[in-house]
Parts: sequence; C-alpha cells; structure tokens
Amino acid sequence: MREIAFRQALNEALAEEMKRDEDVFLIGEEVAEYNGAYKVSKGLLDEFGARRVIDTPITEAGFAGIGIGAAMAGLRPVVEMMTFNFAILALDQIINHAAKARYMSDGQLSVPLVVRGAGGAGGSLAAQHSQSLEAQYAHAPGLKVMMPATPKDAKGMLKTAIRDPDPVIFIESEVLYGLNGEVPEEEYLIPVGKADKKREGDDCTVISWSRALHFAIQGADKVAEDDGVEVDLIDLRTVRPFDRDMVAESVKRTNRVVVVEEGWPFASVGASISEWVSRELFDWLDAPVERVHQRDVPMPYAFNLETASLPSADRIADAIRRACYIEV
Amino acid sequence: MAEVMEMLALSPTMEEGVLAEWLKDEGDSVEEGEVLAEVETDKATMEMESFFSGVVLKLLAQDGATVKVGDPLVIIGEEGEDISELVEELQSGAAAPSESAAKEEKAPEGGEETEQAAEAEGAPASRAADGGRIKASPLARRIAEDKGLNLRDISGSGPGGRIIKRDVEAAEKPARRAPAAELVGSDVSFVPGETTRLSQMRKTIARRLVEVWQSTPHFYLTRQVDMASMMERRKEINDQLAAAEAGLKISVNDLIVKAAAMALADYPKMNVAFTPDGLYHFDEVNIGVAVAVEEGLITPTVRNAHDKSLGTIAREIRELAGRAREGRLTPEEYSAHTFSISKLGMYDIDEFLAVINPPDAAILACGSVQQIPVVEDGELTVGTRMKISLACDHRAVDGAVGAEFLQVLVRYLENPMLLFV
Repeated sequence: MREIAFRQALNEALAEEMKRDEDVFLIGEEVAEYNGAYKVSKGLLDEFGARRVIDTPITEAGFAGIGIGAAMAGLRPVVEMMTFNFAILALDQIINHAAKARYMSDGQLSVPLVVRGAGGAGGSLAAQHSQSLEAQYAHAPGLKVMMPATPKDAKGMLKTAIRDPDPVIFIESEVLYGLNGEVPEEEYLIPVGKADKKREGDDCTVISWSRALHFAIQGADKVAEDDGVEVDLIDLRTVRPFDRDMVAESVKRTNRVVVVEEGWPFASVGASISEWVSRELFDWLDAPVERVHQRDVPMPYAFNLETASLPSADRIADAIRRACYIEV
Repeated sequence: MAEVMEMLALSPTMEEGVLAEWLKDEGDSVEEGEVLAEVETDKATMEMESFFSGVVLKLLAQDGATVKVGDPLVIIGEEGEDISELVEELQSGAAAPSESAAKEEKAPEGGEETEQAAEAEGAPASRAADGGRIKASPLARRIAEDKGLNLRDISGSGPGGRIIKRDVEAAEKPARRAPAAELVGSDVSFVPGETTRLSQMRKTIARRLVEVWQSTPHFYLTRQVDMASMMERRKEINDQLAAAEAGLKISVNDLIVKAAAMALADYPKMNVAFTPDGLYHFDEVNIGVAVAVEEGLITPTVRNAHDKSLGTIAREIRELAGRAREGRLTPEEYSAHTFSISKLGMYDIDEFLAVINPPDAAILACGSVQQIPVVEDGELTVGTRMKISLACDHRAVDGAVGAEFLQVLVRYLENPMLLFV
C-alpha cells in the first residue's frame, strides 16, 4: 500500500469531502493563501476557491461563531484552529453554543461542525503552546472528541467527523503531521467511538490515543522483550464516546490496566477512563489502574525538560510492570 | 530489624511439624537459604531454610517440640538487637485474640472506650486481627468466592501483603480437603497396656484415611489374570540381565506398574480425579507405588511410567523406595500420583481390597502369583494366576469404566510383549 504523511491524509480527507458535498467549507487563520500553518490545507484554495477556503483575522471566538452559525443554517463547516492552545478563546462558542444548540432548541437546530487543529507538545514551544486540552471538550455533553494516531486513521476519522450531524472536536498531534503511514487509495471511513487494537496480549491492557500511543507502543515492546509481558494495546481513537466494549473485553482478560495520555493527570480523559474501569470492571481487576501522563506542571521550554515531562517508554514500561506485580 | 520466621507448611497436607533438630544455635549467623532446622512433617523429615540473613537471636521452640504451621519458630536480626518487646508480643500473641474477642462480646455498648482498652492491653493490631481487614484485589476476592476459598487461609504476595490472582490460584492447587476430621480413638480402658506417641506420618494416615473412607464411595472389581507368559518373560529378562551383569532385576511389581501406566494412557477415562469444580483429567500418567516404611505407608510416584523403559522404572522405584524408608522424599515425589498400586503378593495374600489414595480415582490391589488348578479347553490343568482388585471412586467413574480399564490392563499383563512396543 502507498505511504503518505499524516498531514497529507488530512488534506485528502478535506479535499474528498469538499468534492463530495458542496456544503463543506474550510475557515480559519492562514488556511487559504498560506496553505495552512501546518500545510494541511495545501492546494485547497486553488482547487475550491476563496468562497470555500476562507482566511480569517486572528479572532478565534469570531470565526468559531461563524462556523457554528453556518452549521445551524445547514452548511458543514470545518473550522481550523491554528492550535488548540488558541481555541481556548473560542471555548464559549464551542461549549455554550455548539455543544448546546441541539439540546436547547429541542432538536430544531443541529451543529454539524468540525473544529480541528494541532494539539499537544511540539518540541520547545513552551508552556502556552504545548498543551493537551482534550479534557476541556470531552468534559461537555454534546461534543465528540476524536484524536487519530496514524495517517490512515486521520483520513478515515476526519471524513467521518465532517459527515457527523453534531459538533466534533478533532485534535491532531503537532508532532504527528510528518508521520508517514499506509493509507488506502480507495475511500473508507472510520466510525466514531471505535477503538483499534494495536497489539494483542493477555497480560496487561494499555489504553492510549494520539501521540501518547506511540510512547505506549515502545513501552509495550520493552516489557515484551525484558519481562515477557504481552500487552493488549488499545488506541481509543475517539476519546468521547470511548469504546467501552473493547476496553471491557480486554480488561476482563488481562485484569490489569495502564492508561497513557500526553496531558496532565488531574480531571483528565485518562482520569475518567481509570474511574470508569475501576467502577465498572472492579471485580476483574487484580491491581490498581496505573496511569502515565505528562508531569503535573506547565510544559518547560527546555527540550530535555519537555522530554522528561512527557510520558516515555521507560515510564510506561515501569507502570506495566507495577500493574503486573513485577519488581520495578 | 528483627524478623520472625514461622513454621512453614513443608508438605501439602502438613498442619503441624515436629522440630526434629535445630542446626543453628542462638548467636550463630545465618544466610538466607541456609538450612536452619530439620522438621519432621507428616510425610518426611525436611530441611527448613532461612528466609532471612542475620544472627539467630532467639529460638522459640525446643528440639522435639510440635509446632503448628504459622506459629513463630525463630527470631533473626542484627547482633545485639533488642528484641524483648518482640518476644513479649509473640508470647502474648497466642492468647490475645480470644481475650479481646471475649471483651468485645462482654460490652456491646462500651463503644470506643472498650476498644481503646482492648487495644492498649491486647495484642498488636495485626494479630488481634482475626476480624481485621484482609487486603485482596477485587479479582482475587471474586475468584476466592467462586472457588469457596477463605481469604484468611491465603497469604498475599502483592504490595503490603495484598492477595492477588496468582495467590488464590496457588492456594487452590492442593486438592481442597474438608476440615481435618477429628480423630476418634477407641476406648481401651478395660485392658491394661501402654500408649506410644503417634508419629506425624501415622497421624496423617489416620486422618486422611478417615476422610477418604467417609467421603469416597468405593466400589470394587476383582479379576483373575493369567500370569504364565508374564512370569516366563520375566525369567528370560532377568536371566539375560544377569548374563549381561547389568546389576538389575525386573520385579513383578515393575511389570505391573508399566502395564498399568500403558493401560491408563490407552484409557484416559480412568486417569482422572473428582474435584469440587468438576472431573479433573490429568495430563500425566503417574503411578504411586505403595511402600511400607517403619512408621506407615507412603506412595513414591513414577511419573509418566508409560513412556519409560522397564529398566528405568525398576531403577526409579528402587531409588524412591530407598529414600522413602529414610523419610527423604520431597512432597512432589509422593503427591503427584494419578493412580496407585498396592501389592501384598510377597506375603502370599490371595487378594485384597485397598482404600483409594486421593486424588486418584482408583487403586489397584495385587495378590500373589500362584500355581492353581484351572480349566482350559475343558481340561483340568495347572495355571499361573494372580488376582487383582480395582477400587474405584464411584463419584468419578462407573462400574463399566472400571471394567473396561481392567480389560485393557489385563491385555497388557497377559501379553507382556506389548510392554515393549
């Protein structure tokens, strides 16, 4: 199969959906003339014109609101946030309007909107530009949150998000844009709320998503080699609603869980999944749920400290060993 | 920090042990894994190794003392360490739980005050903890409940002594026994005599046989076997072994062990055990061979005898029986049987019925090989015969299964060349 980069997979998803449905349009900072801050929208202005690929001023709340209004009026906007660090400015629009419109209008309004852009740490971008903020969106009923980890998933999931009748928050890890991977030529969709098994094993379930999944793969390789521990590795892909069926099936088999996320530990997506596992799967647990996450501090600017702050293969391997009662 | 070592369960059925001899004295230094003492268990005299490195600070049992599994035996720590508090604690420990329990019963409305008083006077929390909290993973709790195991009987290997899945699974391994039957003795007061102390082995035999006899419905199947061919072949083999100066003789018993193992391998329905969870199908064919020893009876086990040559079986049985008489078998060597054989032929016993040796579903009792008058083709002639009786656990197998197994077994016994195929 051909290999393309994560950013190109997203670009194909946008182009294909815009071709398929005239109501789909892209709006955001630098998406048109500059081809996108991360080149995800490369060539789209030339192909679809300025009516459907729209540059905005630096006004996150404003263009998010335009997207929501357009969605209510029947269009299918894709709002690009240059990064989700800046989307904080649009939180009122997203949480108070996009997430609530269907409920408050008793179903008369819907908001088929995608808010997408870069998230997570990018390598010495410092505290304000290195945040994993998925918990803010996953917190609110009315929003779906999708976070692909591979080029193939990025394309299939973005196409699904664009076709979804309700608002979807679509967070792309900044360091994954350049990641190459196999992507089918023919059309495919990856459903909302379906996780993907990255590795089969009976000893310990590891749950992750987005960039942290790649750390988790390394951690699983490490314990397989050093300790003979076979990890059942789950890529959630959609963090809300997450794939309870796959998690439950796995944990009932392994009796041990490690949740790995890129962001902070408190009130996080990982915290909620741990809570759900501890409550719903209590009788199947042979060890407390272990967690690996970014250290609970603002992201340091220094590259070595950023690395020390993020989850790592070693920290994940140690967490798996603790869950398996292997001396660390 | 001083550590206390307790009497270990050195065999699967051991409930108490006699401290035969201390090999270390107070003041001696000891390494982890070094032998501390010899302990007479219900089956054998075993070496007990130290879990700790340090200096033996205090021996808590004298040579010859009977000590329950789990009771403190020895304190090991650093030279000159003050252990007076620990010793006091251990000595009051035995009495404490019942004392504090009595107090709680007495004063239902005493509330906090009583509790505090009990705490102040009573044993350390961990020990007063007959009603204390047991740390176990949710999964371990659920498995224990499903299997009917009491978490109190299981020691935890997780952090802080947490009982986890592997501990419950390990605890389940030795076949679950009903609570040890109280030994009821006979009234001998009308006749003068004297009583000798029961050895650990005698006590175990007594207890286990009562249990087996009460819990296992036995039925018996007896058959006569034509041993003429077998005896001829055996003589031939032994003559050739002697001529080759092999230093080895094959006994009738060795041949029966081999035949039984091959028959079980052919007919696995007999190679089972009845357990509370269901019928257990053994993956190995292991023959326990009853050996009389000074203090009683033990069944050293030949593992997978169907795969072994007669010579290997003969040598193994000699070696195991020798160590059995010295009380030096390991628990695995006398516990891993799946079928047992008892033979009293050397005492000219015609036939007898044996008591099943758990977990096996059957035991084969063999009488002596005799020259007797038999009718062959309507003619009275002299035959070479042996009577065998199979005692079966009726919970595990039915009469037809036992009879079919005997057919397979007799085919091997009457056609001994099959033993070499």
